[in-house]
Amino acid sequence: MDATTLLVVITTLSLLGYVLGRQRSIKVAANHGGQRKLHSLPKYYGYMVSLWTGLPALVLLVFWLIFEPGIINSMLLAELPAEMSALSENKLSLVMNDLQLLAESGRIKAETDPVKRSAAETLVGLENRSQLVRNILIFSVALAGTIWSLSRIRVHTRARVFVERIIRYLLILCSLVAILTTIGIVLSVLFESLRFFKSVPLTDFMFGTKWSPQTAIRADQIGSSGTFGAIPLFAGTLLISAIALIIAVPTGLMSAIYLSEYASSSFRAFAKPLLEILAGIPTVVYGFFAALTVAPFIRNLGETIGLDVASESALATGIVMGIMIIPFVSSLSDDVISAVPKAMRDAAYGMGATQSETIRQVLIPAALPGIVGGILLAASRAIGETMIVVMAAGLAANLTANPLQAVTTVTVQIVTLLTGDQEFDSPKTLAAFALGLMLFITTLVLNVIALHIVRKYREQYE
Amino acid sequence: MNNTELIKKGLAKRYRREKRFRAYGLMAILAGFIFLFVLVTDIVIKATPAFTQHWIKLEVNFNPEILDVGKKAGIDELKQANYNLLAKKSIRSLFPEVKKRRDKSKLAAMLSSSAEYQLRDMLLAEPYLLGQQQTVWVLADDDVDTYYKTDDKSKAVRLNDKQKIWADTLAADGRVSKRLNTTLFTNGDSREPEQAGIRGAATGSFYTILVTLLLSFPLGVAAAIYLEEFAPRNRWVDLIEVNINNLAAVPSIVFGLLGLAVFINYFGLPRSAPLVGGLVLTLMTLPTIIIASRSAIKAVPPSIRQAALGIGASRTQTVFQHVLPLAMPGILTGTIIGLAQALGETAPLLMIGMVAFIVDIPHGFLDSATVLPVQIYLWADSPERAFVAKTSAAILVLLLFLVVMNGLAVLLRKKFERRW
Repeated sequence: MDATTLLVVITTLSLLGYVLGRQRSIKVAANHGGQRKLHSLPKYYGYMVSLWTGLPALVLLVFWLIFEPGIINSMLLAELPAEMSALSENKLSLVMNDLQLLAESGRIKAETDPVKRSAAETLVGLENRSQLVRNILIFSVALAGTIWSLSRIRVHTRARVFVERIIRYLLILCSLVAILTTIGIVLSVLFESLRFFKSVPLTDFMFGTKWSPQTAIRADQIGSSGTFGAIPLFAGTLLISAIALIIAVPTGLMSAIYLSEYASSSFRAFAKPLLEILAGIPTVVYGFFAALTVAPFIRNLGETIGLDVASESALATGIVMGIMIIPFVSSLSDDVISAVPKAMRDAAYGMGATQSETIRQVLIPAALPGIVGGILLAASRAIGETMIVVMAAGLAANLTANPLQAVTTVTVQIVTLLTGDQEFDSPKTLAAFALGLMLFITTLVLNVIALHIVRKYREQYE
Repeated sequence: MNNTELIKKGLAKRYRREKRFRAYGLMAILAGFIFLFVLVTDIVIKATPAFTQHWIKLEVNFNPEILDVGKKAGIDELKQANYNLLAKKSIRSLFPEVKKRRDKSKLAAMLSSSAEYQLRDMLLAEPYLLGQQQTVWVLADDDVDTYYKTDDKSKAVRLNDKQKIWADTLAADGRVSKRLNTTLFTNGDSREPEQAGIRGAATGSFYTILVTLLLSFPLGVAAAIYLEEFAPRNRWVDLIEVNINNLAAVPSIVFGLLGLAVFINYFGLPRSAPLVGGLVLTLMTLPTIIIASRSAIKAVPPSIRQAALGIGASRTQTVFQHVLPLAMPGILTGTIIGLAQALGETAPLLMIGMVAFIVDIPHGFLDSATVLPVQIYLWADSPERAFVAKTSAAILVLLLFLVVMNGLAVLLRKKFERRW
């Protein structure tokens, strides 16, 4: 019986527990003057028994599945012949992997190496025993839970209170997933980055101007360690994001102003969703558009006026990224502009100001913090955007401010370093995590500032 | 000159400025529309050729000698037969004048490499065809296909001059037919553009999104209920709230790094599996769902809660039996929008190895798979020209799914949303 079947068995038992608990409560109540005397509705007794049956067994199963491989491994290690267990850690893990595969293949008898064969047989034996113990243990825990909770049903048992408390705990657990995710992100990128900074000093990474993360094929190869100076990546990211913002901020802001101040409500009802379609298009589509349509167009345009434009120019990438974040800027600005109290508008009109004067001299200054917050969020979106740059920006790390040349970005390098087959421990893969850490910190800081500004501003007028 | 005159003097200028400002606003919106229009038109135009395919009519003689089998060959022997040669002979028989070896191989290259498998499946299904002559339509190679689809024939550079003449002859003989491309929807990925399809990627997307839905919906709604209905106002809960807002703005690729480090390296889950993809996308969509669910729950007026509490319901009963059903349309809308986002997401899935070249159609949550957006990315990288059309077609399919999902969300909101 594997884990899935066991899960089905536990679920069935649990459902059975519900039926039994419900019936039991009705029966108990009958002896004490009917259901009205029960503390809770009969179904809550059912839920109670069901929870007692399923929950401890489920928790046990999860723990078992997490810790089982480690324990079996160490038990197997103790039984391995001395010359095998004396191997270095890396080789040992290879051997263990081998044995695992052999045991799963079901062709142990065909193995020629007697040591391996016996070890694999031991492994299979251990695994079978572990599974048997697990199944018996978990089944009895579930059964014990059913019987115990059934025996506890009295007229005054507070089943509803118990069930509701468990529900409350489960809800809390679910809301902690968000915290766990953040912790997970921080820990995973932080630990791998620390390992990276052991081989490449932090200062070299932060201030180095040369990025060429090749790994050596031979140990004596020239430049075998690769150089990890991230400045060209940061510069490239900034260049592309800046182009994107130059496109998106004026367009987004002006369309927000037009939609919230000038447009008739029917035009608004039709134009706003249409603009927001731009935000719903997957980034891989923008990447395709940038690489196959915009970039060649800009290169040809450059050629006709005698400019030398790279086929993966930062300009093309930035423009398309700008298009992508237009709706982002526009909907955030729209929110803050509409939040400016009507009284301020009326006061300006009362003084004889035209509509555009009111907007420029009253609304925008009043909404400025919110707009700035929106722009910061858009910037963080642009910095973290991946697919457009992966498909349309370059791979070579050029340190340049010329938008007609190809530059690379932090996200492009993360993707290039991590797709493809390589061992996990090389500085090359670890560098991706260091870049990820930088990306996470930058966007986090931008987001925190932006959200703070937006929230503070909102409170001012509420 | 008094004040009134001063103001009147400047008035024309101010009105002009007003008009200009207004025009800027309209131009900005129009620019957005134009971008959208150009983007969609560009992709539709590029995608159109991908929806048709050219087939070539061959007279196939299932000659046992060519097949290298006995006259009364059984199924097992037929499985081993030389169908490659059969396909080549069949097209050569149409051009008996071709003698040179290089020309012969160029001629055979005009058929898709799937032709031999098609002939094999045909014979295996009906073994009595052995020794008989049959008319068979087989797929043309993608270069030939592209040649037929290009108006300016001199631009089709992947065929040499002889091949072009052959292709024209075939067309003139009525041996070429243009049909709807069903391969695109029934096949998995392939290195040959004419055999590549999106079924594998679409199935992978389905499994991935299913995992995301099954995990993110209950988790997100539960978290929203707790935060909105039960949580005390203290620093812990504030922390959770700030956290969720920040997670919503973390770049998606960072979630991919998390998935790689935690799910694959730490827990040892298989690479490229829809399960891992779904887990990563769950963490990514969770903030969206929580935020949407919270605002839907918040929109249920307090009078509903007070009424339920007043007649003796417990707080949990109030929430689950009254507040939640009323908030459900809003919650579902938010969930669908979150899932639509997840469906279009590519970057985090690249990190966890869903970029592999996978021909087979996945059959479970642990099979190696890829998803539609990643398939688009992979095809966009392919050098063959025919893949440009395929990529655009895949994009259209993806966009169609997204339109349907968002349409459903709008419908839900329109139909069930209540204003109190």
